[in-house]
Amino acid sequence: MEGSINGSLNLIGYGLSAIGGGIGVGLVFAAYINGVARQPEAQRVLQPIAFLGLALTEALAILGLVFAFVLR
Amino acid sequence: MIALALPAQDSGTFTPPGIDEMHLPAILPWGAHEGFSKQMLLVILSVVIIATFFILAARKQQLVPGKLQFAGEMAYGFVRNSIAKDIIGGRDFIKYVPLLFSLFFFILVNNIYGAIPYIQLPSFSHVGGAYVLAAIVYVTWIGIGLKKNGIKYFKLATVPSGVPWYILPIVVPIEIISNFLVRPVTHSLRLFATMLAGHLIVMLAGSGIEFLVMQENVLLKGASVLVLVGAVAMYMLEALIMALQAYVFTLLTAIYIEGALHADSH
Repeated sequence: MEGSINGSLNLIGYGLSAIGGGIGVGLVFAAYINGVARQPEAQRVLQPIAFLGLALTEALAILGLVFAFVLR
Repeated sequence: MIALALPAQDSGTFTPPGIDEMHLPAILPWGAHEGFSKQMLLVILSVVIIATFFILAARKQQLVPGKLQFAGEMAYGFVRNSIAKDIIGGRDFIKYVPLLFSLFFFILVNNIYGAIPYIQLPSFSHVGGAYVLAAIVYVTWIGIGLKKNGIKYFKLATVPSGVPWYILPIVVPIEIISNFLVRPVTHSLRLFATMLAGHLIVMLAGSGIEFLVMQENVLLKGASVLVLVGAVAMYMLEALIMALQAYVFTLLTAIYIEGALHADSH
């Protein structure tokens, strides 16, 4: 039972950095779903706001993915 | 899962596909420093596809639309109404519909390539195209802001109203960085990174199936069926994300243009 793991630690770092983005995106869409469930006619107003929030929170996770590949 | 993975230790090694798989050999020897690649061919093909489709759809316009005209009108109406009209609004949204429309369908077709067998390569798995698209959008919304508000636009875009003066030294640099530096970078990288990651996942599943089928252990051969089921699910998710990223890119373009147009009221 002797195993060895090859690979880049960068990807573990990326996995850690994706936690924050994941929680953030979850919160954004939880609020969006909540809002639409309470007031369905507000969906058209809330949708762009939700996607803007998604875009802003996702930024760090995206930068993390890129740096995981770029930095060696 | 661990029980399935353990026998793999003594039966060859599995090398997962890496980022190098995006750099396929050049089709033609000329072009930029690496030759004319598959991505470039696909980008040119996408322009032909989109132009052909919409020219055919708009050629014979009838009051009661046929199937093709209906599809074209639905596609146009989607971008016009649910992106441009809803976000930019007002009377001047129609000026920006051509830009949003071309962006949406250019990205959509180039992403969907990743879900078509035998093509199976989203063009934006190379970052160059995404950079250019984001640069076009960047120049556009800054140009719109300057034209609408004059040089005062930079003040409007970076100094939020209603903030106490003693917080401004912190807020203004953050606004400058997030609006003028991080915004175009993430705008392009979002498209590129999701396409790259999606393509990698599908490729990883494919090569994993191949590796498991080649094993001598019958259990491992059987496990390839599980991977196949997972691979189909990931493939479907990727197809969804491809369409969603085209929508998100266009939506963000509309939001940036709207922000530049109405900078004085934000």
